[in-house]
Amino acid sequence: MFLTLDISLFNLAASAAPKGSGDVLNAEHHESSSAFPPFDPTYFPSQIFWLLVFFIILYFILSKIFLPRIGETLEERSSRIADDLDSAALMQNEAQEAEKAYERALSDARAKAHTVSETTRQAIESEINAELDAADQEAMKQAESAELRIRKIRDAGMENVETIAVDVSQDIIEKMLGKKLTLATIKKAIG
Amino acid sequence: MIAAGLDPISQFELHKLAEFKIGKYDLSFTNSALMMLVAVALTVFWLFMSTSKRSLVPGRAQSIAEISYEFIASMIRSTAGSDGMKFFPFVYSLFIFILFANMLGMVPFFFTTTSHIIVTFVLAMMVMSVVVLYGVFKHGFGFLKLFVPSGIPMAILPFVTLLEIISFLSRPISLSVRLWANMLAGHILLKLFAGFCIMMVTAFGLFPGVLGAIIPFSLTLALTPLEFLVAFVQAYVFALLTCVYLSDALHPGHH
Repeated sequence: MFLTLDISLFNLAASAAPKGSGDVLNAEHHESSSAFPPFDPTYFPSQIFWLLVFFIILYFILSKIFLPRIGETLEERSSRIADDLDSAALMQNEAQEAEKAYERALSDARAKAHTVSETTRQAIESEINAELDAADQEAMKQAESAELRIRKIRDAGMENVETIAVDVSQDIIEKMLGKKLTLATIKKAIG
Repeated sequence: MIAAGLDPISQFELHKLAEFKIGKYDLSFTNSALMMLVAVALTVFWLFMSTSKRSLVPGRAQSIAEISYEFIASMIRSTAGSDGMKFFPFVYSLFIFILFANMLGMVPFFFTTTSHIIVTFVLAMMVMSVVVLYGVFKHGFGFLKLFVPSGIPMAILPFVTLLEIISFLSRPISLSVRLWANMLAGHILLKLFAGFCIMMVTAFGLFPGVLGAIIPFSLTLALTPLEFLVAFVQAYVFALLTCVYLSDALHPGHH
């Protein structure tokens, strides 16, 4: 069972190709197979012919279509990479310049801010001083007027005290002595 | 009958697939020609599929095609200089053709085109004709400087020149025999060890036969990747030596 299977397998392998080519060819093949096949000159012309045909076809297809295509792709890529590197270098330069400009602008702004704050400070200081002076003067004025009013009130009070004293003394004398003195005499007595 | 089936040589036999004659020459389309056609068709199909997109950032297939391109291009540049790039399509075609022919031969029941000395010899002769034709066309008689190395004392110069001529003439032979013998020997070995497995089973039956087949089977298992390596290395060596010989045509007297 195994024997027949194996043999038929190998016969199939050996005779797969000539199956379609007929008995005459098979006979021819058996004749020539006595020699070592790689040295058998029967098929030399055929092999040379088809090798040249297929190799030349391959050469032309490769050299006209595919190799230029791959070469172009590679070249495109390397030039693209070189371009990208160039533009990257360019951009880096730009970035560095921008950074310098930024730093310059920053220091300018800082200086400007410094002067602005200085002038503002001075302006505010002078304003504060002016307002302080004004407030001082106002306060002094108010203090003076207040003093004046106090004095007036005290004077008025003193006058009132005199009249009250006269009235009170008149009442006291009247109660004690039983007689009424004139205002003028009492005033004279007190004054 | 068993011997015929297990004959390690029968895999190299040629069979006519279609009759074709020009004059008295029999140029029939054989299984060898079919494999050449398959190799060319596969190459074209592969390159068509992998380069059709032409994207700036390559995909996997495109990367492989580009790596093969750079592989051959850098091989030429390092051995023949950048002016050797005019032979780039030729070297690339040789490399790819031999590589595909060798690899197709590794498929079971496929014919190995490069296991026939006439095929490898024609390939080698193509290389040598390109070398000689280009050398004579470019340098005229100056190409003969190839055989007369500079800086050799006059006394031994004739001897060295003779050696150089012999080595030049033996180049196509060594180039073709190296590739052919490697492919032939590898396939005979594979077939032999694989055949031993079958022989063990057919001779001793399934049970003890399988045990006897273990050693030849493991050898087949080990040889198969080795043969894939040989298939690649031989294509590489062929292309590399082509570059070296083309370098002689470009710069004779530089060695």
